[in-house]
Amino acid sequence: MRIEYFQLIDRIVDLNLADRKITCEATVPTDCTIFEGHFPGYPLMPGVLLIEAMAQTSGWLVVAANEFKRMAFLASVKEAKMRTFVLPGQVLSISSHLEHEGSGYAVLNAKIRCDGKVVSDATLTLRILDFPNNQVAKEMRKLAESIGLKIEARADG
Amino acid sequence: MSDTLEAIANIIAETCDIPRDSITPESHAINDLGIDSLDFLDIAFAIDKAFGIKLPLEQWTQEVNDGKATTDQYFVLKNLAVRIDELVAAKGA
Repeated sequence: MRIEYFQLIDRIVDLNLADRKITCEATVPTDCTIFEGHFPGYPLMPGVLLIEAMAQTSGWLVVAANEFKRMAFLASVKEAKMRTFVLPGQVLSISSHLEHEGSGYAVLNAKIRCDGKVVSDATLTLRILDFPNNQVAKEMRKLAESIGLKIEARADG
Repeated sequence: MSDTLEAIANIIAETCDIPRDSITPESHAINDLGIDSLDFLDIAFAIDKAFGIKLPLEQWTQEVNDGKATTDQYFVLKNLAVRIDELVAAKGA
C-alpha cells in the first residue's frame, strides 16, 4: 500500500471476467503517519481505508469489465463490516464480485481476508462514467499496469 | 394499478422510506417524490433484479439532455411501468 498516494492495492492477483471476480493483494505498511494518530501507541488500519481498498479493488474489476473505456467511482457503501482489527504489516487479500452491472452503475460484493479469515466486507455501488479526458484514461492504464492488471489478457477471463 | 406499477411503488417505498400511500401512478419519481440520482440507482438495481432487465438509465438521461424526451416519459411511475413492461417483453421475444 502507498497510503500517502491513496493507492491501497499492491497488485492484482487474479482477474476473472467470466466469473466477474477479482482478487488483489495489499500489505499494510508498518511505518505510516496515519498510525501516529490512529491510534497513538496503538496502530490500527482505519476501517474507512479498508472500505477504500474494497472500492479500489471493485473499481479495477469494473474498469476491466468495461475494457478500460470507462471509469468507476464509489457511489454508496452498504453493510460495511469491520470484523476485526487490521494491524501494520498484515497482508490482505481483497476480493470483489460483480453482482450486477446496470446502466451507468454496478453493484459489487467485496471482502478482505487476512490469513484466510474475513476481516471486512461490504456491498458497494459504483457509478460508471466516461473518462473525463484521454490523459486520465492513459494514467489509469499506467496505474493498472503497475499493479499487474494485464489488459490484453482480459478476454481470456 | 398494474402488477408492474405496484411492484415499482413497493420498491420505491422500501428503498427510499417513502410512505407507500403517497406513491401514485401519477407520481414523478424526481419532482414529486424527491428521489435523487443516487437513490434512483438503488431503485434501478431493485427493478433490474426484480424484472431481470437492465433499465437503460444512461440512454434515457441522454435523450432528456438532448431534448428528445421529457423526464415525465420515464420517471412518472405509470410511464416507467410501461417502459419496464416493454423491456420485459423485449427480453422474452
